Amino acid sequence: MSSRGPTHVLTGTRIRERRLSLSRRQADVARAAGISPAYLNLIEHNRRPVGEDLVQRLAEVLEVPSDELAEGREEARIAALREAAARLPDAARGLSPELEQAPEFLARFPGWAAVLVASARRSEALERQLVALSDRMTQDPYLLTTLHEVLSAVTSLRSTASILAEGSEIPEDWRQRFHANLNEDSLRLSNMAQALVKYLDSFETDGAIFTPQEEVEAWMAAGTPPVEGSGDLASDAARLLARVHLERIAEERATLPDEELAAVAGDERDPLRIAAELRQPLDLVMRRLAQLGRAGFERAGLLVCDGSGALTLRRPAPGFPLPRPGDACPLWPLYQALAAPQTAMSHLVITPEGRRFATLSYATRRQPGGTGGPVLTQAQMLILPAETAAASPALPAIPIGPSCRICPRTVCAARREPSILRGS
Amino acid sequence: MVLDILMIEDEPNIAEAVRFILGRDGWQLQLHADGLGGIEAIRQARPRLVILDLMLPHRSGAEILADLRSDPDAALAATPVLMLTARGQTPELAAQADAVLGKPFANDDLRAQVRRMLA
Repeated sequence: MSSRGPTHVLTGTRIRERRLSLSRRQADVARAAGISPAYLNLIEHNRRPVGEDLVQRLAEVLEVPSDELAEGREEARIAALREAAARLPDAARGLSPELEQAPEFLARFPGWAAVLVASARRSEALERQLVALSDRMTQDPYLLTTLHEVLSAVTSLRSTASILAEGSEIPEDWRQRFHANLNEDSLRLSNMAQALVKYLDSFETDGAIFTPQEEVEAWMAAGTPPVEGSGDLASDAARLLARVHLERIAEERATLPDEELAAVAGDERDPLRIAAELRQPLDLVMRRLAQLGRAGFERAGLLVCDGSGALTLRRPAPGFPLPRPGDACPLWPLYQALAAPQTAMSHLVITPEGRRFATLSYATRRQPGGTGGPVLTQAQMLILPAETAAASPALPAIPIGPSCRICPRTVCAARREPSILRGS
Repeated sequence: MVLDILMIEDEPNIAEAVRFILGRDGWQLQLHADGLGGIEAIRQARPRLVILDLMLPHRSGAEILADLRSDPDAALAATPVLMLTARGQTPELAAQADAVLGKPFANDDLRAQVRRMLA
């Protein structure tokens, strides 16, 4: 195999497969492309690199778009095939697809490979939609309350209408009361139906925001808006949350300015050492690193939870699986930190999609009410893509997920409810 | 005089229809419209049957049922309970209640169920 790696190996194989599919002789194709049959033979057996111009000429001879033969798209396609295999449903887990032969499969059957990748992507999109809808159906208090109201109105309508329809003697005062109730219930039902339709229409907006926390997270992710900009948010709760978050960010930035932090973080990637060098508390340094957005921490995420485990801040790292507010994976190291305050815990985690993240979790305790006041614990987890972290922890990666209900892992000691994704 | 039925239901129009239907069948029925004070109302009225809505304000029907079943007065704790629910039957509910009727229900189904439970 050539030292140029597997991409041009693929190109050679694809050229050969295309030629054979057209039942054309090697010598004819070589001649038409302006090369010797022996050189084409070497190319087809992946023993010679193929330049762009030659790929273009061969593509014309073989009557195929040049990018079907060329390098570049292949790597992405192979990655897509591997991703499709990684997302196999549990029922097919024992099938062990020949991952090492993905390049060969792509080269020999580009059409089927495209179908497989498209199916896997559609499946992923449908899963996302299912999760979003399921979240709404099971967690949305508005929907639950409204559906209960609808059923109550229908129950009343059905019973009252049945009484009136029976035709038996009904005292006049009762009859009038039932007519009034029918009118009242039908009006109520009509209003609720309109409200429900309007509400369900909003489901069509992909990833629609529906809790104050999600609203604030999306608003903050859009940049670093000024505190007075929180007036743009839809609800009072969201505006209050935004103001609290932004004021704290401003305070912490004043304590540890960006430039001062970036100067140290540029040379030293370990948050504990950064904290020691800057003589600042580790929890502050972790929050500031997640905010910094540079010096190697561009893709950093941060999760913060209170003593009950409720997530109070969710700033996701790209690719880290986050459920809707109110739910989480009990295996996140964040929760281990709650049990051991003031101890920095470094863990490698792996998502169901196979993405690896280095995490640093740390919990603090405080008693704002004085000696007799309650002890308040807060934990936070800094999340970095494994390849960008200072050093990967030596222990094996912990298999985590977003939350049990939308996690595809069937074998998990921490599972508390079945997943809607795999029928586990 | 012994009360036949105590109904705990917060929807006034449902309560009114049920009061008419069961009253016409000759049953004595008393209404309580809130989860709060529900168990006290049962203790006070000592009915032969409780018709209990699951989704009640302040205290749910399931909580009232649990209170009733754990009452130190064994006779009161054994009071038959017909649960009305719009949310489907759960194993916990089935284990605690004597019967469960889903909303919306047919009037004749309610009448038949009450007849069976008070026979």
